[in-house]
Amino acid sequence: MAEYWRWKEYRWHDAEVDWRDGELITAGVDVGSVSSQAVIMVDGELYAFSNMRTGSDSPESAKKVMDWALEGTGLTLDDIGFVVGTGYGRVNVPFSNKAITEIACHARGANFMYGPSVRTVLDMGGQDCKVIRCDERGKVSAFAMNDKCAAGTGRGMEVFADLLAISIEDVGELSLQVDEEPPPVSCTCVVFAKSEATALLREGWPKSQVLAAYCSAMAHRVVTLLEQVGIEKEFAITGGIAKNIGVVSRLEDEIGIKALRSKIDAQIAGGLGGALFAQSLLKKKLSAN
Amino acid sequence: MKAHYGYKDGAGSFFIIIDTDKCTCCDERGCVSACPEGVLEIITDDYDDEVAAVAEDHRKKIKYSCAPCKPDRDRPPLPCVSACASGAIMHSW
Ligand code: SF4
Ligand code: SF4
Repeated sequence: MAEYWRWKEYRWHDAEVDWRDGELITAGVDVGSVSSQAVIMVDGELYAFSNMRTGSDSPESAKKVMDWALEGTGLTLDDIGFVVGTGYGRVNVPFSNKAITEIACHARGANFMYGPSVRTVLDMGGQDCKVIRCDERGKVSAFAMNDKCAAGTGRGMEVFADLLAISIEDVGELSLQVDEEPPPVSCTCVVFAKSEATALLREGWPKSQVLAAYCSAMAHRVVTLLEQVGIEKEFAITGGIAKNIGVVSRLEDEIGIKALRSKIDAQIAGGLGGALFAQSLLKKKLSAN
Repeated sequence: MKAHYGYKDGAGSFFIIIDTDKCTCCDERGCVSACPEGVLEIITDDYDDEVAAVAEDHRKKIKYSCAPCKPDRDRPPLPCVSACASGAIMHSW
């Protein structure tokens, strides 16, 4: 049976860089409820990363994603001076030197990815959403999160991809192929939204229109969380849903602010922030010795 | 840091907002002992400061955890808010 929700796992490393020339090799491992990322930095520059689905065992997922990031680089875990674990499974990263919340890591990662002008970060993750305000150094000044239900999250989108038999990677684009924006589905709770969508399909709505109604409901739902903390420019989105243009563009329209774009994958922001924290902590450790 | 703990749902907005910058110079930690439901605790945050926070197991049911302190009529001052001399705690409902 086709698994429409299944997104592609991937890894990357910078083959132009020889990590042996570096002094500070650090890593951040973000074990989320749906996906895990490992990010390796050499002297504060992005060197390698991997992104895969989290399994049922967090320590095992942390190990797997780290091994994959190391693959083909010649690096081993022993060469890494400091590892920060983050995300929902942060305390279950067996080889980490410190656990730091994903709130602090996403702010720090976004600061690196989008620059010091970022003041509001919306992290749309697998099973929760967070609004984070930060200063020019990426230090958190305020936050709020919604982890009460899967609405507005990657998991919710996966459920919809499966229901409509549309590959998760195509959901955003397809949702924009509507002549007129339909009203959002009235309920963002995934369970109820699913039955509402089924009813709309039965009524003869095309899939693109149903997706438009759901993406629009998701966007609206996170706007209420953004309003709780307050939106200040510049604004950036991290996490898997940052790749869903259907949600991002509707969100931008609703708040009247364009989200910053980065060449770096928005899904690795947490791991990247972890690797940056690890770099500062390693420096501190070395200067204390 | 303004930490917003709680959620919004169909029934309204239920957040406890703690200005944790004020906790760093607080010796009394009165909020924790004043709370009859064990909602508040002291944690070491990501920047190594000891600050007040809403305990993990209350975050998704905060409306119900705080209900004993919030009768529908003649609501008395909230114990946590009264115990915090720095005015670091706010409730959204
Ligand atoms: S009493 Fe107020 S300032 Fe002190 S720890 Fe509690 S919330 Fe913070
Ligand atoms: S309102 Fe009552 S139960 Fe809620 S945090 Fe304050 S003291 Fe605790």
